[in-house]
Amino acid sequence: MVSNDDGVLRAPLRLEYPFTRTTGQVVGGFLTGLREGMVLGAKRADGTVMCPPLEYDPITSDPLTELVEVGQSGTVTTWTWNGEPRAQQPFSQPFAWAMITLDGADTPMLHGVLVDGPDAMSTGMRVSLQWRNEREGHIADIAGFVPEEA
Amino acid sequence: MGYNQDPSVQPDALSGKVTLPASLDDVEMVQAVRTPAAIDYIATPGASLSAYLRGMKQKKILGDVCPVTGQVFVPPRGVSPVSGQRTTEMVEVSDQGYVESFNVTRLPIKSRPDLKPPYVSAWVVPDGSNVGSIALVAGIEPEEVRIGMRVGAVWKPDDELEESAANILHWEPTGEPDVVLDDLRIIGKPGDNQ
Amino acid sequence: MRDIAVVASMQRQEKSIDNESEVEYMVPLMHGVKESIGITQADVGFTCSGSSDFIAGQAFSFVMTVDGANPVPPISESHVEMDGAWALYEAWVKMQTGEIDIALIYGYSKSSGGSLRDVLATQMEPFYVAPLWPDAFAIEALAARQLIESGKVSLEQLAEIASRSRDHAATNPNAVRTTAKSVADIMAEAPLMDPLRPSDIPASADGGCALILAAGDRAKDLCERPAWIRGIDHRTDAHTLGVRDLTTSMSARIAGEKAGVGNDKVDFAELYAPFTTSEFILTEALGLGEDTVINPSGGTLGAHTMMASGLIRIAEAAQRITNGDGDRAVATAGSGPNLQQNLVCVLEGE
Repeated sequence: MVSNDDGVLRAPLRLEYPFTRTTGQVVGGFLTGLREGMVLGAKRADGTVMCPPLEYDPITSDPLTELVEVGQSGTVTTWTWNGEPRAQQPFSQPFAWAMITLDGADTPMLHGVLVDGPDAMSTGMRVSLQWRNEREGHIADIAGFVPEEA
Repeated sequence: MGYNQDPSVQPDALSGKVTLPASLDDVEMVQAVRTPAAIDYIATPGASLSAYLRGMKQKKILGDVCPVTGQVFVPPRGVSPVSGQRTTEMVEVSDQGYVESFNVTRLPIKSRPDLKPPYVSAWVVPDGSNVGSIALVAGIEPEEVRIGMRVGAVWKPDDELEESAANILHWEPTGEPDVVLDDLRIIGKPGDNQ
Repeated sequence: MRDIAVVASMQRQEKSIDNESEVEYMVPLMHGVKESIGITQADVGFTCSGSSDFIAGQAFSFVMTVDGANPVPPISESHVEMDGAWALYEAWVKMQTGEIDIALIYGYSKSSGGSLRDVLATQMEPFYVAPLWPDAFAIEALAARQLIESGKVSLEQLAEIASRSRDHAATNPNAVRTTAKSVADIMAEAPLMDPLRPSDIPASADGGCALILAAGDRAKDLCERPAWIRGIDHRTDAHTLGVRDLTTSMSARIAGEKAGVGNDKVDFAELYAPFTTSEFILTEALGLGEDTVINPSGGTLGAHTMMASGLIRIAEAAQRITNGDGDRAVATAGSGPNLQQNLVCVLEGE
C-alpha cells in the first residue's frame, strides 16, 4: 500500500486467469487449420460460409459440421485505428482493427491490419493474410493482414 | 433442424460428424488453446479498511463499532453486518485473544511457499472484538492447538511494519488458562446481544 | 399483469470515488432510498442487485455489499452479473407472482481502479476475438464507421448528440461531463478511436443506484405519483460480430415493440447509449420522433457507471414522471459489445 498526497491508500492488483480452453471439433478444426497454414469456414444451410466457424449458426441454430477452406485474401468491411497497442494485444506496432471478409467466406472476421497509419486504410480495400513463423493453433497464428499487392 | 431438433438426440457438431478438408486428415487436431488473461488494477481499500491498515503500521488492530448494537467487527468493512448501517466509530482492540476454531493443513499451497505443512489456520477473536478473523497459529505443535486457547499476536520487526495485515506474522499461545467456550458471549452472530 | 411502479430512487456518480469502498458508498443509497419513503428492510420482500467482480477486480465484491442490505434476519436476495436493470426485471417478474409487494434493487461499480475499456475485452468471444484484446472503444468504432459510411448518420449529427448531452448533463448534479461544447468544437476534436472522438465516448464514473419497486396500492401509499411500469422486455442479439448488422439493433427494436413503446406519445427517453452512435441506433430502433426529449439527464455521455447506468436510466425517467415533468417515458438498459443486449421499459404517470 502506498499513500499518495491525497491520503488515499493504493496498491497494485493483478488478476490472472491462466485459462486453457478445450475447443471442441469445430473451433479445434479452425485452429488446426491455422497451425497448418489454412483458414477454414463453416458451410451453412443456405450455402454461405461463416468464417471463423461456430458450432451452431447464430441465425438459424443449425449445427455447422462441414468445414471448408476459404481464401487468404479478403475485403475490409470496416476498420478503426489503434494508435497505441494496448498491453495484451498481440501487436507490437500501431495497427488498424478491421472486419475482413475473406474470399470464399460470407461473414467478416476481426483482426489487425499492419499498415503505417490510418491514411493507408479504407473500407473496401483488399488485404492478404500474413502468417506468424511459429504457429500453435491460436488466432494470433495470423500475425495480421497487409494491403494486397496489386 | 435448428431449434426444432429433438433435444434427446445429440446434435451433429457434438457427435463426431464434423468434416474437414482432406488435407487435414492426417494431422493432429488442436483440442485446447491457451487464452491466459491478466488484468491490472489499482486497489483502493475504502475509508474503514484504510484506517485499519494505517493502524496496522502502528501495531494497532482497529475495528468498526456497529452504531445500533455496539458490537465491534474486525477487520472493519465500513458497514455493520448485523444492522446494515454505515459505521462511523472505530476502536482499538487487543492483540491478545483466543482461538474460536481452527484446522490443520497438511498440504502445501502454491501461493504461500513460506507456509510449511502442517500449519494451523485459526479463527482468532481478539479481546474487544465481537468476531474472529482468519489467522495463523504457530509456536505450538498442531496437535496441541485447541478451541479456547489464549493467543497473542507476533508482529514483524518495527522497521518492517507497513500498511498491511501481514504485519502480524502469526499468533502464539500466551500460556494463560483457556477460555471456556460456554462462558463466551459469542456476539456478532444473529440473535445474540441485540 | 400486476401494476408495479418505481416509487423511489437514489443515485451517486462521481468521476472517481477514491476513499470509499463500494459497500461504503452504497449503504447510504440503500438505506436512504428506503428512508425517503418511510420503509425499512422488513417491508422489503425481495432484494436484487447487479454488479461485476471484473470491474474493480474484487472477487465476490457483491457478497460484501449484501451486508448493507441488512440480512439479519436473513432476507430473500438475488444477484445478477448484469446491469442493475436486469435485477429490476428479475424483481418485477417475482412481483408478478403476487408473493411480494416491495422490492429493493441496486446496481453499482467502481471502474476507476482499472481500465474499463480493456476489462470489457474479456466479455468478447473467447477463441477468436478476446485473445486479440480489442478494447471496447475499438469495437464500437467498427460499428461507427459502418454507420457513417453507409450514410445513415453523419459525424455532425453525432456531434449534435454529444453537444446536446453535455448541455443536459449540466443540469444533472450526478453527471461528470458537464462542460458545454459546441458542435463545431466537437467536429474539431482529433479522433480517439477513429472515427470516434473523445466527446463520442462514455463519461466513465464510479457510483451506483438504489431503487424501490412497489405494487398496486402499496405504490400509491408510498409515492404521490408513482412511475408505473406499463411494459418491460429484454432481448439479445447474436454475440458473433460477423453475423450482426452493427448499424442497427434488432434486439432493441423487438424489446421496444414488446414493451409497447409506440403505443402512445413518448415525452422523454433515457437511453443506455454509451456512445453517440449507440444513441442514434437506439432512437431509430425504438422509433422515437422529434417530439421526444432524448436523455434529459445527459445520459451515459454525461456519466456512465458500468452495471448501474441502465438502472439509472430507469431511475431518471421515473423521477421525472414522479416530479410531473411528463406522463410517458421510455428507459433502456444495455449490455455486451455494440448494444448486444437491450432492455426496454415504458413508464407512465397517472
